Amino acid sequence: MNNKRKELIVSAISNGTVIDHIPANKLFQVIRILDLEKSDKEVYFGTNLESKKYGRKGIIKISEKYFEANETDKIALVAPTATLIEIRDFEVVKKSTVNIPEHVEKIAKCFNPNCVTNKEQVPTKFKVIKVDGEIKLACHYCEKNTSQNNMVFH
Amino acid sequence: MKNRSLVSINDYSKEEIMQILEIAAEFEKEPHQNLLNGRVIASLFFEPSTRTRLSFESAIQKMGGNVVGFSSAATSSVQKGESLKDTILTVCNYSDLIVMRHPVDGSARYASEVATVPIINAGDGANQHPTQCLLDLYSIKKTQGTLENLEVTFVGDLKYGRTVHSLVIALCQFNTKFHLVSPVELKLPSAVKRHIKEANLQYEQYTDFSEVIPKSDIIYMTRIQRERFPDPLEYEKVKNAYILDNSMLDNSRENCRILHPLPRVNEISIDVDSNPKAYYFEQALNGVFVRQALIAAILGLK
Repeated sequence: MNNKRKELIVSAISNGTVIDHIPANKLFQVIRILDLEKSDKEVYFGTNLESKKYGRKGIIKISEKYFEANETDKIALVAPTATLIEIRDFEVVKKSTVNIPEHVEKIAKCFNPNCVTNKEQVPTKFKVIKVDGEIKLACHYCEKNTSQNNMVFH
Repeated sequence: MKNRSLVSINDYSKEEIMQILEIAAEFEKEPHQNLLNGRVIASLFFEPSTRTRLSFESAIQKMGGNVVGFSSAATSSVQKGESLKDTILTVCNYSDLIVMRHPVDGSARYASEVATVPIINAGDGANQHPTQCLLDLYSIKKTQGTLENLEVTFVGDLKYGRTVHSLVIALCQFNTKFHLVSPVELKLPSAVKRHIKEANLQYEQYTDFSEVIPKSDIIYMTRIQRERFPDPLEYEKVKNAYILDNSMLDNSRENCRILHPLPRVNEISIDVDSNPKAYYFEQALNGVFVRQALIAAILGLK
């Protein structure tokens, strides 16, 4: 499969960001955490697309949008294989993989309803850990681990 | 340890734990020492826990200290809607140290971050109860002469029992061999088992209790609570499977001792109480010495 064919599946954008190599089953979670439902820019997405590297993948293209560090941290937590491609005037100007942060503060919620961060006005704080290959957030306060499927972001 | 809060047993290194246990032994020899000499310690129990509260207050008074505080949230300003932060900051003005029990997980860590005086966690929800863990370690050391290389059997509710989790994690520093006896529904959570695996220690899981008794230096009993089972029939099936009675101890080791964080319901028959291997009431007394030691160490008095 060549690149031209891919562009036919999901339209090209003139300026903005392409998030590629999203695990196919995480596409909608990435859309949710980036709050793209509320975006007033052009957003294209596709999933279960063929990928040489990963078998099946998801992709999102967002016009006029470039991501800040706290947003790429969120993407890394649910889609660690993702690649960010910055497009300016139809040209790829930067391609980067996302880095899984060691710590995350304020961006995610603790899944434990009895955690102090869900009961009092306390900003969340997590250490990012890997258990049997899966990324989890270890809460600094209640010491419970939030798994990828339970991750909810502010 | 001076001026440092104790929130989770993992906050202390092995050396610091051993140091507390040594100071506790001094208090056991001489419980009345006027070290606090009128200092004020706040005892904030946002949920009732008579046993833990009395143990702390006894420890404070034996050292000549004064206690201010409350024994349930109903009699505190929480009822008026005050935030935990505001309560803690206010009480810091009135005390040299805060002992705190709270129903919310992680509340003690948060309190230690906003407080200007050290906090001792006397239980935060289902999370941690480090002074219980210290008194368990003290009891094991006292009865076995060492904490190293022991075979420790945990029985009952290993899934929800926070004292079990803390003690298992602490014992991972002492080359322990673990025997884990529980119904399938109440097995030790994998997050706790991970500590055993990371320390490269041996553990075995059983659903049958009797076979491990002869292999145990310590048998740590816990209560299986009815409310842990979504299906009452499941509870009925297992509720009598983990009861220790005196005849079961016939083949136990000479040095074997029975521990229980209390309160007990029916998981240890009362005929065990008179067996010299029963240690659960002395275990509770050890809690006073350990809490004296901790308060003295944190205030820099020992």
